[in-house]
Amino acid sequence: MKVIAAMSGGVDSAVAAARAVEAGHEVIGVHLALSSNPQKYRSGARGCCTIEDSHDARRAADVIGIPFYIWDMAEEFHDEVVENFMSEYAAGRTPNPCLRCNEKIKFAAVLDRARALGFDAVVTGHYAQMRETELGRTMHRAEDPGKDQSYVLAVLNKEQLDGAIFPLGDTYKEEVRKEAKRRGLYVANKPDSHDICFVPSGNNAGWLHDRLGSETGPIVDENGEKLGEHQGAYTYTIGQRRGLNLTVPAEGGAPRYVLKIEPKSNTVVVGSHEALAVSEIEGERAIWCGPRPESATSYRGFAQVRAHGSPLPCTYSTDGQAISVVLDEPLYGLATGQGLVIYDGDRVVGSATINATA
Amino acid sequence: MSKPAIDALNLQISRLGNASSLHTQGRSVRKEVEEARESIASVAGCGPSEIIFTGSGTEANNLAIKGFYWKQQRSHPERNIIIISAFEHHAVMDPVEWLEAHEGAHVIQIPVTSQGVIDLEALAEIVEVNRAKIAVIAVMHSNNEVGTVQPIAEVVRIAAGIPVHTDAVQSFGKIDFNFDSLGVTSATISAHKVGGPLGVAALILQRGIDITPILHGGGQERDIRSGTLNAPAIVSFAAAAKDAEINRGARYSSIRELRTYLIEALQAKISDIRVNGDVEPALPGIANITFPGTESDGLLLLLDAEGIACSTGSACSAGVPQASHVLLAMGISERDARSSLRFSLGVSNTRSEIDHLASVIGSVVERSRAAQARH
Repeated sequence: MKVIAAMSGGVDSAVAAARAVEAGHEVIGVHLALSSNPQKYRSGARGCCTIEDSHDARRAADVIGIPFYIWDMAEEFHDEVVENFMSEYAAGRTPNPCLRCNEKIKFAAVLDRARALGFDAVVTGHYAQMRETELGRTMHRAEDPGKDQSYVLAVLNKEQLDGAIFPLGDTYKEEVRKEAKRRGLYVANKPDSHDICFVPSGNNAGWLHDRLGSETGPIVDENGEKLGEHQGAYTYTIGQRRGLNLTVPAEGGAPRYVLKIEPKSNTVVVGSHEALAVSEIEGERAIWCGPRPESATSYRGFAQVRAHGSPLPCTYSTDGQAISVVLDEPLYGLATGQGLVIYDGDRVVGSATINATA
Repeated sequence: MSKPAIDALNLQISRLGNASSLHTQGRSVRKEVEEARESIASVAGCGPSEIIFTGSGTEANNLAIKGFYWKQQRSHPERNIIIISAFEHHAVMDPVEWLEAHEGAHVIQIPVTSQGVIDLEALAEIVEVNRAKIAVIAVMHSNNEVGTVQPIAEVVRIAAGIPVHTDAVQSFGKIDFNFDSLGVTSATISAHKVGGPLGVAALILQRGIDITPILHGGGQERDIRSGTLNAPAIVSFAAAAKDAEINRGARYSSIRELRTYLIEALQAKISDIRVNGDVEPALPGIANITFPGTESDGLLLLLDAEGIACSTGSACSAGVPQASHVLLAMGISERDARSSLRFSLGVSNTRSEIDHLASVIGSVVERSRAAQARH
């Protein structure tokens, strides 16, 4: 096949590209420039938007022996990911920009462009496995549970997954580093990136504060009684306990947690730990990574609501557009806007964006 | 590199010596360097003592721009205006922007016509209004992206005494370039553009003119540029320059003919292409072409896969492709600038290579248009 290897400048995508070459594909390395001004979003040397990273990616492509280009995706990234990140926070939800980037950029804008130019697929260094099963081509968790990235890929539909190759899904990260070293890839020891790539400091609250402004507002309890002042509602997350600076102590001194963020009234609602309990989750904008489950049927499976969260045993059903989940055991603290991903064992069934909890 | 330049470099590199040393070996190296200086001077139409060797064309341009600016500032602090064409190479554009950001310079750009030639009337007006405050004027001898030759002698006439620097890196050895007859104050030439080695270039600076140095040290080059001379590269530079001069006429005609063949071959396949800056006089081998509705990154990738090398505008420090500032200065829209490719033909190119390009360009343009439509 003729494939585009998306190379971030990190060790995973470099080894993935090398493996694609070894598998006999005709490979071209592409680094996605997600900011037309690399200093616009971040100034450090971590993540995916720096001069150093594009050089590292180019050097890796040279070592592997493949052509290398930089594709300017800054406009798409800003419009689809950064703007969405800000507007979701402004609406009181907690988005996951990595899911959004996979759905709208890496396996949409990039894949579309690759296909138009005559390529068949996009290769990335994500940790997930594609398998041929009796259900067709399906996506599964990676071998390395510590690195599994199937959660952030669950926003890809079948057509997108048909154009995706993940060569690292069967390998542990430690092995990937060793392999990089064996292959003479200088990025072998480059640290993993963790933060949101366009937030330089890793300080989301500060980043949002600078862009959305900070209007102070009330922090209230569930009865509406004012307990303190906040510094901008979107800088809080559901379940947050520290940094509330409440002036009215709770009865019995029990700790209080952020329960709800109401952007319209610019209010943060706090309450007891018990009030954070969630047993039912509703998700909208369902995307199926394989066959679509039957409507009006209940299935047993697992729900995952965070990139590194645990799989929670549950019963789920769908009408095709929305997914409803009833958890076996309650979960404490869940923000709307997060991704809800459904698993059948280690197979990814699909995903939705959380819009209601109870 | 040209054969005479390779031979000269091979020979000289085994005779390592410092041209500034006083012992016999040093004197022998010095002799070779001075002969090289004389032979480059005869090709460039200047005096040997007017040649100041540098490590790159970028260094020579920086030395001229900053050197003139600082020198003028010292005696005439009111002279803080630098005039450049709107489509200079980054090796001129960037030091000028740096002086503006850090040293209080005020930059005025000379507009460029849609044909890719500076607007002399506009320049005359700018000079008339600001005469007493102008430190230096810099206009490239020929444009590297569209190939158009600039009316430098006219610039010198309008300047009437104000220092004029010209970046002649693209022109030297390829088309008529004569330092004395142009009358410029300084000019940049570079070895690797005439088939010489990388890492050696020169600033030609009129005798008797003093500018402020950037590098301080042994004062090897007229006390204006310090640093041990790269003797083997300089001797090789001279060999390349001589070879280029001897063959210039014949090479110009054959490359120009090949360029016409290229443009006709492309027009036959893609009827709506536009050739940017298609005027005479020009560098022989540059064809800058807009393929409407495409994106140049995609074209470049697909042509590269076919073994065809071409260029787009330029890239920022992270390698992100940018719309060419040259085409934008010529009034071409951002969209068309991002749909343009530059083909640079040289003596080694052949008609059969162009036939190969013509055989693939149809499908390449079609795919790029499809990618652009989805973009």
